[in-house]
Amino acid sequence: MKLTGAEIFIECLKREGVKTLFALPGGVVLKIFDTLHQQKDIEVILTRHEQGAGHMAEGYAKATGKAGVCLVTSGPGMTNVITALADAYMDSVPVVCFSGQVPTSLIGNDAFQEADNVGLSRPCTKYNFLVKDVNDLAATIKEAFYIATTGRPGPVLVDIPKDVSMAKAEFTYPNSVSIRGYNPTYDGNKWQIKQAAEAIMKAKKPILYVGGGVIFSGASQELLELAEMTQIPVDMTLMGLGAFPGEHPLSLGMLGMHGTYQANMAMHYSDLVIAVGARFDDRVTGKVSEFCPYAKVIHVDIDPTSIRKNIHVDIPIVGDCKTVLRELNQILRATVNGEQKDLRKPWWDQIREWQQAHPLMFHQEKDGPIKPQQVVKRLYELTKDRDPIVSTDVGQHQMWAAQYFKLAKPNRWLTSGGLGTMGFGFPAAMGAQAAFRDRLVLCIAGDGSVQMNMQEMATAVVNKLPVKIVILNNGFHGMVRQWQDLFYEGRYASSYLDTTPDFVKLADAYGAVGLRVKRIGDLDAILKEAMATDKPVIVDVPTYPYENCYPMIPAGGCNHEMILEDPPELKKKQPGAATVTPEDKDTVLTA
Amino acid sequence: MLGAEWSDSALSTQVSALRKMEHIIAVTVENKFGVLSRVAGLFSGRGFNIESLSVAPTLDPSMSQMTIVTSGDERIIEQIVKQLNKLIDVIKVVDLNETEFVSRETAIIKVHTKDADRAEALRIVDIFRANVIDSTPSTYTIEVSGDPKKIEAIINLLQPLGIKELVRTGRVAVAREPVRPVAIQAKKVARD
Repeated sequence: MKLTGAEIFIECLKREGVKTLFALPGGVVLKIFDTLHQQKDIEVILTRHEQGAGHMAEGYAKATGKAGVCLVTSGPGMTNVITALADAYMDSVPVVCFSGQVPTSLIGNDAFQEADNVGLSRPCTKYNFLVKDVNDLAATIKEAFYIATTGRPGPVLVDIPKDVSMAKAEFTYPNSVSIRGYNPTYDGNKWQIKQAAEAIMKAKKPILYVGGGVIFSGASQELLELAEMTQIPVDMTLMGLGAFPGEHPLSLGMLGMHGTYQANMAMHYSDLVIAVGARFDDRVTGKVSEFCPYAKVIHVDIDPTSIRKNIHVDIPIVGDCKTVLRELNQILRATVNGEQKDLRKPWWDQIREWQQAHPLMFHQEKDGPIKPQQVVKRLYELTKDRDPIVSTDVGQHQMWAAQYFKLAKPNRWLTSGGLGTMGFGFPAAMGAQAAFRDRLVLCIAGDGSVQMNMQEMATAVVNKLPVKIVILNNGFHGMVRQWQDLFYEGRYASSYLDTTPDFVKLADAYGAVGLRVKRIGDLDAILKEAMATDKPVIVDVPTYPYENCYPMIPAGGCNHEMILEDPPELKKKQPGAATVTPEDKDTVLTA
Repeated sequence: MLGAEWSDSALSTQVSALRKMEHIIAVTVENKFGVLSRVAGLFSGRGFNIESLSVAPTLDPSMSQMTIVTSGDERIIEQIVKQLNKLIDVIKVVDLNETEFVSRETAIIKVHTKDADRAEALRIVDIFRANVIDSTPSTYTIEVSGDPKKIEAIINLLQPLGIKELVRTGRVAVAREPVRPVAIQAKKVARD
């Protein structure tokens, strides 16, 4: 029996196990939407903006480990989803995006809502297809899912012209895929793994530096075994949070620009860096020429281009983190004995000293303005028993969330790392909530970034996605203000937001629940109230506007040279530094 | 003394590793639309340098062969090769500088030839084993193949006559076949 392109599309999605599709219609994809409307297997979540659809697919993918799927129309639909695709590409998120295209006969004619979708998305997708013949559609979709989810995952775009979705073809879904130019390496080189094991046995000051690759490959258990067996401390990247339990005694927390003191010091003074599924991003290395000056480097990554891209590697291992760690553990299990613990005792003494010297710090006065760190800390303490999924936007609040929300398990942390996309958090949280209807999904946001995709509140309300947004509302683009305070002599060029909306009323306008924490004493009660609500909630928390995020390594700085608190001249300036004081802000917001 | 020499040579190896070198990279790709832009986009997006790029189908019409002339230090060339390999439409990447190879480039040069110059132009064509492929009373169109130095040399000699137009293909290259011991034995047998 022959099926239309639209029917083939749906059949393929079902075969791939897709349950949820984040989508927004338009002229050239109407046939697909019409066909979707007549079936019940795939839930269509209508978003209010294509960027939202893209981030929801990302959130879905990060929380489930499976491909997230979105469908957009041609022209502006495509250009709107580009940000989400670029974000997914930087953070290796498996997303399959379907875009509509004008009929094949009109391609290249500057038709209404035409855009070169394949050309636009080429630099920000792992691969992309234009399907010109309905007979190729099924095989193309199979390849798209295969490419998105294997090797180093990433977004794939399939561009479907209108006539292809309407034309008919015999439907057969291929069982397997073979692409001659694409054969990811999963098994690490055995000799190299042996070399790595030997280096690990000998190292006096080893450190594990783990990233998002551990989460995508599902290697957390293997990582835990490796760390515990060898007593090696673990540094996590922003993307790697949750790969290793945050409260484990071997965890030093996040490293990098706003990483913990001990994590960065341990990296700097280490004699063996074991990088697993991490890519030595500039926010981690700081000044490359002075990065880990005393260390040999082992680098395990499935993407060969990540190895030796930024820094020299002594023992490169191309392979899947899980497979490689398993093999490494097997060798180590036979050789590890009590000696390593003694060998590394001075190293651990040093690390504990660092930990005690400069723990993460902030001062919350009893009746003073609310400190953002305190909000994240309490949110963590009040919800950790419910094993929540946490998303963030980008900026100060993201770094505080990374520092104080100590995730115990992988696939709980949705954040935009590589691209640093403000507006990512809320839709990503909704994507995760769509996958796990019964779980608690939190979105820690800033008042600046949350407004970038606020329109999706309508989607959350209609589709009953009860995401809990906690806005650390400081009236600023906080991270921009922090840099202006530190590096631009406090000139707040376009970082003060001036007219931030009343988020409580805004939530109400959408049919969600809005709550505000007016003083620190109310924080716990209001957070609890929010968590007990079964609707989407915005908790607006006006926080001290001039709080800065520390430790901080200035861009291009060296990892052991961290700024740990506001410099004295900045401290002096702070109270009257801008026109708004926290007290003013409170009255403005509650008026 | 020996130690000092050793460290000197180690240093000079390091220095040469950092030097920008020209590399010729042979890339076998799927013969599909859009592949050229993926390769070109990779180079422009990552700030790699392309000196020349030539592409044409291979014996197997489903594949095309690209020859890319690029330059960079050892680290950049390693990244170029890895990034090319990462492209899904790329089937094989060979950095020809790691082996012996032969390379050629063709140029077509249209020169003004006044009466007195026509003989001189033909002499130059003869010296460089070039060909005149088109002729008018006032111009010769000359085709020449060779390595880039030879092309530069003939251009320099033709310049005083007045070059009207010049097109170059960019280089194509192929690895040399290793000479196998078997072949040497066969020679001996023949001599005997």
